[in-house]
Amino acid sequence: MTLVASVSNIVERLLPGALLTAELTVVGSLLAAALALAAGLSLTARAMPVRAAARIYVEFFRGTSMLVQLFWLFFALPAFGVELSPLQAGILALGLNIGAYGAEVVRGAVIAVPKGQAEAAIALNMSPGLRMRRIILPQAVVAMLPPFGNLLIELLKSTALVSLVTLSDLTFRAQLLRSSTGETLEIFSVVLVMYFVMAYAITLGVRGLERRVSRGLDVGGSWKTS
Amino acid sequence: MWDWSYAAEILPDLFRALRVTVVATLLGIAMAMVLGLVLAIGRRSRRRVARAPAAAFVEFVRSTPLLVQLYFIFFVLPDLGLTLSPLTAGVIGLGLHYSAYTSEVYRAGIEGVPRGQWEAATALNFSARRTWTSVVLPQAVPAVVPALGNYLIAMFKDTPLLSAITVVELLNTAQELGSQTFRYVEPITIVGVLFLLLSLVSALLIRRLEARLAFNR
Repeated sequence: MTLVASVSNIVERLLPGALLTAELTVVGSLLAAALALAAGLSLTARAMPVRAAARIYVEFFRGTSMLVQLFWLFFALPAFGVELSPLQAGILALGLNIGAYGAEVVRGAVIAVPKGQAEAAIALNMSPGLRMRRIILPQAVVAMLPPFGNLLIELLKSTALVSLVTLSDLTFRAQLLRSSTGETLEIFSVVLVMYFVMAYAITLGVRGLERRVSRGLDVGGSWKTS
Repeated sequence: MWDWSYAAEILPDLFRALRVTVVATLLGIAMAMVLGLVLAIGRRSRRRVARAPAAAFVEFVRSTPLLVQLYFIFFVLPDLGLTLSPLTAGVIGLGLHYSAYTSEVYRAGIEGVPRGQWEAATALNFSARRTWTSVVLPQAVPAVVPALGNYLIAMFKDTPLLSAITVVELLNTAQELGSQTFRYVEPITIVGVLFLLLSLVSALLIRRLEARLAFNR
């Protein structure tokens, strides 16, 4: 077989796995974003118990290894009567872990919004919820996006771990193909390139998004009067 | 649900495995620190032949999963005639992967050295090598030690991946114990607690180091 034919054959065999990897990235990042926002805002809350709970969540999931977390959800949790499918365990581990890192990003971005903004909102008699939604978050999001982009790539790379709890993602299919064909160099090179392409797509997407949210704000790029 | 006597029984085995985890981390970070510095200097080289490959390596390694890189080293190299023990392959994988990250850390440190320092070295007619070793690096490296420490912790938390290439480290041992007794709760929980404790303690030490470095300046 020529190299081109062999590579395209490998790509074809791995494509369903790449699809699952993409799915895991999307669903995992939705969960992670929700958790990051909830925990990140809780970290800036005035009530001590709320802050403490969020702090414990963040330190716990940043302090232990994601693979250990995944294995715990998959192997140990059934002993407590909660049986998770590999897909559920995978999404949960990805979301919980990356969400903890994201929480710090949210906290940092919210704190970085100038104090005068919140004070102006209070002066305008806005409720705390409205203040957050209309004034603080739209400005904080601009600062959140670049680190969120990095975390999204971390999440994409971390999806490879789910192959170790029998989910047939890109890495899992590569292993299967390796044991059936033995073309290790071709297979793993193709897999690495496929991950790289997906990560690059994320980079481009986040860059586009950054341009969009910073439009009309006098931070980041150029200041425009409009 | 939780059996204390079983937990106590497996603890010695887990501590023995912890030693492998720690050894892999220390060797891995040593490699990452050396290779990262080489990459950082390479990326600032005047020659494109040094700059471009260093930049490409960093970008590619940072965009692909460590697990697949480990598989690549463990399964592909033997086909090319280079057979490595699992632990060696694991250490090389960790070292290569994290060198891409540490090179960025060094880069930040190098960029933090004032321009006047380079100019002074030029004025003194220092060679490129002497400029690096006696002017730039002595100022750039201490400044980034805490950041390197954070990657030490990150690498420590990535060592469980070595279980996938059959290194008998902490998580692998826990799984092995679990499959013998069909009790996974105790071994995996203990592993989690050990990771949490060690990374929290290391984070504390790094914060202290950071404070001391800031104080000395």
